[in-house]
Amino acid sequence: MTATMNSRTTSPALNSLVPDGDIATKWENHKFSMKLVNPSNKRKFTVIVVGTGLAGSSAASTLAELGYKVKAFTFHDSPRRAHSIAAQGGINAAKNYPNDGDSVHRLFYDTVKGGDYRSREANVHRLAEVSVNIIDQATAQGVPFARDYGGLLDNRSFGGAQVSRTFYARGQTGQQLLLGAYSGLNRQIESGAVEMHNRKEMLDVVIKDGETCGIVTRDLLTGEVESHSAHAVVLATGGYGNVYYLSTNAMMSNVTAAWRAHRKGAFFANPCYTQIHPTCIPASDDHQSKLTLMSESLRNDGRIWVPTAFDEARLADGIPEGERDYYLERKYPAFGNLVPRDVASRNAKTVVDEGRGVGPLKNGVFLDFADAIARDGIETIKAKYGNLFDMYANITGENPYERPMRIYPATHYTMGGLWVDYHLMTTVPGTYAIGEANFSDHGANRLGASALMQGLADGYFVLPYTIGDYLAGKLGESVVPTNDPVFKNAEAEVADQTHMWLSVNGTKSPDHYHRELGKIVWDRIGMARDKTGLEKAGDEIATLEEEFKKNVRVKGDSESMNTEIEKVGRIADFFELAKLKARDALVREESCGGHFRVESQTEEGEALRDDDNFSHVAAWEWNGTDAEQTKHEEQLEFEHVALSQRSYK
Amino acid sequence: MSDDSNNINLTLEVWRQTSPVDKGRFETYEAKGISPDSSFLEMLDVVNERLIHDDKNPITFESDCREGICGTCSLMINGQAHGPNKGQATCQLHMRTFADGDHITIEPFRAASFPVIKDLAVSRAAMDKIQQAGGYISVSTGSAPDANMIPVPKEAADLAMDAAACIGCGACVAACPNSAAQLFTSAKVQQFSLLPQGQPERWQRTEAMVDTMEDFFGTCTNHGECYEACPKEISLDFIAFMNRDYVKAKVKNRSLSGQTH
Repeated sequence: MTATMNSRTTSPALNSLVPDGDIATKWENHKFSMKLVNPSNKRKFTVIVVGTGLAGSSAASTLAELGYKVKAFTFHDSPRRAHSIAAQGGINAAKNYPNDGDSVHRLFYDTVKGGDYRSREANVHRLAEVSVNIIDQATAQGVPFARDYGGLLDNRSFGGAQVSRTFYARGQTGQQLLLGAYSGLNRQIESGAVEMHNRKEMLDVVIKDGETCGIVTRDLLTGEVESHSAHAVVLATGGYGNVYYLSTNAMMSNVTAAWRAHRKGAFFANPCYTQIHPTCIPASDDHQSKLTLMSESLRNDGRIWVPTAFDEARLADGIPEGERDYYLERKYPAFGNLVPRDVASRNAKTVVDEGRGVGPLKNGVFLDFADAIARDGIETIKAKYGNLFDMYANITGENPYERPMRIYPATHYTMGGLWVDYHLMTTVPGTYAIGEANFSDHGANRLGASALMQGLADGYFVLPYTIGDYLAGKLGESVVPTNDPVFKNAEAEVADQTHMWLSVNGTKSPDHYHRELGKIVWDRIGMARDKTGLEKAGDEIATLEEEFKKNVRVKGDSESMNTEIEKVGRIADFFELAKLKARDALVREESCGGHFRVESQTEEGEALRDDDNFSHVAAWEWNGTDAEQTKHEEQLEFEHVALSQRSYK
Repeated sequence: MSDDSNNINLTLEVWRQTSPVDKGRFETYEAKGISPDSSFLEMLDVVNERLIHDDKNPITFESDCREGICGTCSLMINGQAHGPNKGQATCQLHMRTFADGDHITIEPFRAASFPVIKDLAVSRAAMDKIQQAGGYISVSTGSAPDANMIPVPKEAADLAMDAAACIGCGACVAACPNSAAQLFTSAKVQQFSLLPQGQPERWQRTEAMVDTMEDFFGTCTNHGECYEACPKEISLDFIAFMNRDYVKAKVKNRSLSGQTH
């Protein structure tokens, strides 16, 4: 047991509600102490769930099964299209089926350590506990996980984990788990327990007398602005990676629902925490719309290198061995090409910034399979990575069996998000945040195959318990009618915004400004950050935002499908988020996980934490459009995992 | 951008339709200086950026993940759903497939059950209806047994995975001369029918999903165009399995409800 060295205190505005007692039995005991809503009373409560990815679909279907009235919303044409669908690798669970020493405690330990000691221990332990139930649930739903010849579930080691705890379904674990959750949702839609609203985007959370009473949406086909009332609202609306413009997120992924809740009083935590994935395909030109991730399993056999010479003009096969720099193998002899994601990413940036990048735009590094093919034969490599090689060949037009792949890091996942307590409730009573939309479980860095786990843990096994504790206190209260002035005012505001954007009538498209914003955020708040750059970022973003507001051109009308209107509102929120992200990164004068401050590194160039001063969650409170947010701190206590410095030499 | 000399110029014939009730028409656009490394949808992004620059309404089309898994993108490209390459969604199609000077016709997915919303965007809501009719195993959260309680033969699990790979894009319907949805429905039905977990509801599920399919979509006459267009190359065998199960289901479900014997 190591007590934290933390001497600071938690803001009174942040009560984490973490129960006392032994960490191993905390959640079990807490489930007993929470208030219950009796089965016949559940139908008297309406819960709104926004977003239908893993977290949203699993929450909506589970709440409906329990007997609550559920209204679910997605801006897609079908719940199945949410971006959880694109996750490739797998889902972790402490099943210990391979008998290799895994346990709830080990998954808990690895997750806290992997998060670089910036997550809340109690939440992470609960996550590890329920991980096993997720696999049971998904399997019973018919999710076709990979199996061995005896018909039992197969596991693999993922992302450098020392045990095999990752369940997978070919390269599309995300799609299969989402289809499982979506099938449960369909069952509840069919039974009438879930009222499903497709193609409606949430544009405001509505609050009356300090408590959440519903949301305002815009119908993306008709432009109609509507109110929906409920006793509680659950935001399962994903992360904010598209603030970088180029990321592995889907085109429509955005921060709007979370941000509008932030503007209504929900604190936004740790916006500077972003995960950059090292093995993505580099951008090919300025019109690139998104980046494609390839499984990092490629690093098991591929060797990463760049030419030793600056501005090398020869193709890879013309560069002799002695003029190649296998920089990861050189700098980290023990781990070599398998160093963690953030270390691999930062080193790629360093060599590209030096002018040793490869490819037509000199924006990548080589991932070379020539040695592996010579050693194992082309058939073995094809069997292991064939689908990834095909994907690469299709996107780049280059044959990776004959010439090295080119890779470069890209934004992949955001660990920050709405601050939530142990019940997953935000600082606004009755508004919850689950999945990637909240901040809680991954600290400053997420382990591979843990995103799917957290989304489903929140939706299937945590929120359905904790929300009852809040609703039980509201028995007998009817929902606020949608003709109440609080709804009418919120509707008017949303409609005014739409008309405001249409009337700017400037000269440049919303996409133009998104692209320009992304460049600033990537350059200044990307893989490596420093004080000067972050201060400049704040100014540059504010200047661009001013121009955006005066000069954006939104074509079309507000009464029919208009993706330009959808985009402009989301980009406006990205501008506000980007400013906060820069500030959060600026005041966190330490490096931790995905947040690397150049001023705070070890002699080896590793992220150097400052536990005395920064072992806390930074949760920001909105103070209005014209004022800066106030920072609140939740101090993190580490009683079960000893803090240590990572080293990969 | 270091080398623009390979860039190509294209002429696009694009379907424009302002609303579901508008008659619609083709309009011609020049797409100049397109990088062969860009994707088809990035080419449309460029065209739209220029339309906005010229103060004209951009072309409405839908896409999201742009890596071939969410099933949001669609488009008939020169009459082919998702374009000319096998096993690809439109978002995976790259411009090096086309030559300088090509004319490309771009239309929405065409089917009576896929009404056009605007330009190239259609509604595929009928596909959700089929899945709501029974595309699930009734297992409430918390009631599942340990995942390894029921072994599943690897062959069955692999075949179920083959079916489950369907991304619900609707290309099968758009490619079918009858606008039939057999390939989609069979993939969704058979994923469950192949697994032990799916057995208790197998016959009710099959009947309900097929009957709902027939409320919205046309009849299968074994053209196989669906398979040719499918970005995930879902096998036609699943249709045969589903048809066989449907006949059995009709008999068994009557027997279960006491209408025979």
